[in-house]
Amino acid sequence: MMAYENEGFEDMESLVLHDDGNNNKSPKSNGGANGRDGNQRHYPLSSPVPFAEILITEDADAFIHSSSSHNSFNSFLEPPSYAEAVFRSFDGDHAKQTNDHGSVSTSVPSSSSDYLKISVTDPREEEDPVAGGNTYTTYLITTWTNLPDFNGTEFSLRRRFKDVVTLSDRLSDSYRGFFIPMRPDKSVVGKQVTQKQEFVEQRRMALDKYLKKLAAHPVIRRSEELRVFLQAKGNLPLAKTTTVASRMVDGAVKLPNQLFGNGEPIESAKGGGDLLKIFKELRQSVTYGWGATKPPLVEEDKEFMEKKMKLQEFELALGNVSLQAESLVKSQQDIGETMGQLGLAFVKLTQFETKEAMFNSQKLRARDMKNIATSAVKASRLYRELNAQTIKHLDKLHDYLGVMLDVNSAYSDRSNALLTVQTLVSEVSTLNSRIEKLEAVAFKVFGGDSSRVQKIEDMKETMRVTNEAKNHAVREYERIKENNKMELERLDNERRDDFIGMLKGFVVNQAGYAEKMASAWETVANETSNYAKSCR
Amino acid sequence: MITTQRSPTGGGGLQSPRSPSSQPPFLSVSVTDPAKMGNGVQAYISYKVITKTNFPDYQGPEKIVIRRYTDFVWLRDCLFKKYKGIFIPPLPEKSTVEKFRFSAEFIEMRRQALDSFVNRIALHHELQKSEDLRTFLQADEQTMERARSQDTGIFKRKPADLMQIFRDVQSKVSDVVLGKEKPVEETNPEYEKLKRYIFELEDHLAEAQKHAYRLVKRHRELGQSLADFGKAIKLLGACEGDALGTAFSELGAKSEMLSIKLQREAHNLLMNFEEPLKDYVRAVQSIKGTIAERANAFRQQCELAETIKLKEIDLNKLRLTRSERMLDAEHEYEELKAEGEEATRRFETIVRLMNEEIVRFQDEKTQDMGLAFHEFAKGQARLANGIADAWRSLIPKLDSLSSS
Repeated sequence: MMAYENEGFEDMESLVLHDDGNNNKSPKSNGGANGRDGNQRHYPLSSPVPFAEILITEDADAFIHSSSSHNSFNSFLEPPSYAEAVFRSFDGDHAKQTNDHGSVSTSVPSSSSDYLKISVTDPREEEDPVAGGNTYTTYLITTWTNLPDFNGTEFSLRRRFKDVVTLSDRLSDSYRGFFIPMRPDKSVVGKQVTQKQEFVEQRRMALDKYLKKLAAHPVIRRSEELRVFLQAKGNLPLAKTTTVASRMVDGAVKLPNQLFGNGEPIESAKGGGDLLKIFKELRQSVTYGWGATKPPLVEEDKEFMEKKMKLQEFELALGNVSLQAESLVKSQQDIGETMGQLGLAFVKLTQFETKEAMFNSQKLRARDMKNIATSAVKASRLYRELNAQTIKHLDKLHDYLGVMLDVNSAYSDRSNALLTVQTLVSEVSTLNSRIEKLEAVAFKVFGGDSSRVQKIEDMKETMRVTNEAKNHAVREYERIKENNKMELERLDNERRDDFIGMLKGFVVNQAGYAEKMASAWETVANETSNYAKSCR
Repeated sequence: MITTQRSPTGGGGLQSPRSPSSQPPFLSVSVTDPAKMGNGVQAYISYKVITKTNFPDYQGPEKIVIRRYTDFVWLRDCLFKKYKGIFIPPLPEKSTVEKFRFSAEFIEMRRQALDSFVNRIALHHELQKSEDLRTFLQADEQTMERARSQDTGIFKRKPADLMQIFRDVQSKVSDVVLGKEKPVEETNPEYEKLKRYIFELEDHLAEAQKHAYRLVKRHRELGQSLADFGKAIKLLGACEGDALGTAFSELGAKSEMLSIKLQREAHNLLMNFEEPLKDYVRAVQSIKGTIAERANAFRQQCELAETIKLKEIDLNKLRLTRSERMLDAEHEYEELKAEGEEATRRFETIVRLMNEEIVRFQDEKTQDMGLAFHEFAKGQARLANGIADAWRSLIPKLDSLSSS
């Protein structure tokens, strides 16, 4: 009753599980002498491997993760990271596209005539030469360039994170109003980095990305500060101040000294109390952000306000898209995983039915199952690859969220500069009215109080100085406004190009992988079409 | 609806001289139109069962009755009791979660499973002759209810009881395999192999079904993500304005459209792939019930054989002593021998039937699975093509944007 038939067994032997790690490897035909397997089916996964081997290599986790060379697959699970993963480009056209929009790519910017390429590698622990016993990590900064500002075309030196902080501060000082890329955080917030090694590697990647962004900025790449950082060995000259508020106080207070070389700070009639008031005002403006300042309603500013609001809306929408994009990637990842697990379950079933086969119908079923298993496993892999590419594209969104922070910072520069102007303007007017009051009194009292006259003279001098400071501040403000405007134009253009590239890459990618999946499934559908006809 | 065509030359009790020889006998059934009846805790779903047939005992050509889930359970229990050795088609489980009892999806899944159930019975060359089947398909509601309540007294087989039998059989088989118990079990190596096969098969199938169910869920999740993503992209497009903004909006719209395709495919996957797999699992579990019945029959046969032997010894003793009880003892002995023959016959019937059934089962499952695989592959291909088309349609516009 239980007949054991041997025919048609050979084609069971080559189960498609072996991952050759390459999308486009030429297919090897499954064994089997019958015509069924005669048509060309491009299964990169297929190879004539006897069944027995599957038992050894088969392990759900290992299978699903082993053949992947995509670091990003695992690193995706973290909040948006700047992981530089090894991606296989889906098509050459796409690969070129992302390289053209330079801020996060590793290759040269679009104009090939001049280039500035920076890389951060080789973290190493070093002993502090000054405070013996302390150690810190240094990174090798290598530069390739043909810009005339530099001495030579290829050079490198080692820098520590503190140096990067210094660079960033100096750039903020010198390039107010520009959309300066933000440096990496000092501490790692929210990520579970327990190992020093992991932390150092993350920091290295973040630094690499940061310097590349600096190199991509048309103005900053030519800056003295960057050049010194990249080329001049030895300690970087420190930035003067580290907090915005204190910087503002400094600026408001020291400007006249810088101009006239006085050693003493300004003394208003009220003395130290005024400085405190200025400090408080400035601190409040920084804390409360843009809204706290009320610039004079000049026509140009209306345009600025509109632009500002639009950018805020944009930032919100962008943040939302970024969130949904992450969720999309997660869903793609999940479906790929489950598809893989389903495929594996069918592989096991196929082996089981084949091993235990007592009837021809079982062997037939096993063959059908094998095809399904193969396609499911293949689809699973396609989903994984698709995801890696999707992450790469949608990463642009995260980059622009970062840029929005830079923009905010530039707008802060502008507000603060305006506040300085307004503060100084009111200072001047206060001084003026005081002088007038004193003069009025002096006029009434005859006989010239010599001390009072002296006081008036001193005040007049102070007011003159303050007025000069005010003029300087006004010029500074105008300068920052110009920088803002220029940067906004640059941002608009770059963003447009970047987003078009991102959309196109995303869409081409999705379409391409979907086509591949469709073709794999269509093959199986055709192979099983006889069941559909016989049944209904 | 599946019709069954039986050749006039094939043996069958339903072949009557009265049926027109030009038309071969057929019995075609369908379960449709679920409707909610009653309110609150008492509420249940009723189904229309439509029978089209030319069987002589049936009210032809068409008869419609209203049945509920417990009626199907009654039918299954009757068949299980009366057709030992045959793999009775499986029924969908009772719903354990109150919340989903009346969800459209659950009702549809159940209807499909009930339709399969009745059709398989109608197609089975033995089961289709059953009186109980005829009652089920033809009797009015009161008769049905009476039949249902009668049998609860005599032969009460709740799913829980069946589960207990399965567990007993399972533990007995594993005990045998592990050599723990000295069994009153057959020592037929081919049968042992079959039992092991059935048990292992269930595990494998259950795992595949689990992943299939998860895959349905993943489709739904991906659909939701695409919808959310599409909406967000549209909002971003509104910020951008001009041609780029339009491009964003179109992308968002495509994303939302694909979300709908995914939900549809999820449903298709559930009904045409996951459910057939689940059905396969249930079928294997039903076979375990038959295995248990066979074990019972074997045990009865053995026990009777033991009893007969003892009775014979007893009888011979009485014969020697010429006791007056000898006549009675002889009488009893003859009765026992008849019973023993009956038990042996029953057991052998089960064995014969099972051997036929396993072939039929394997064929049926190859067909069922082949179709399920076909639907799965077709659905995935359709979905993937839809996705590819949607995204591809955006490329020309994006190209024109980048060149401008």
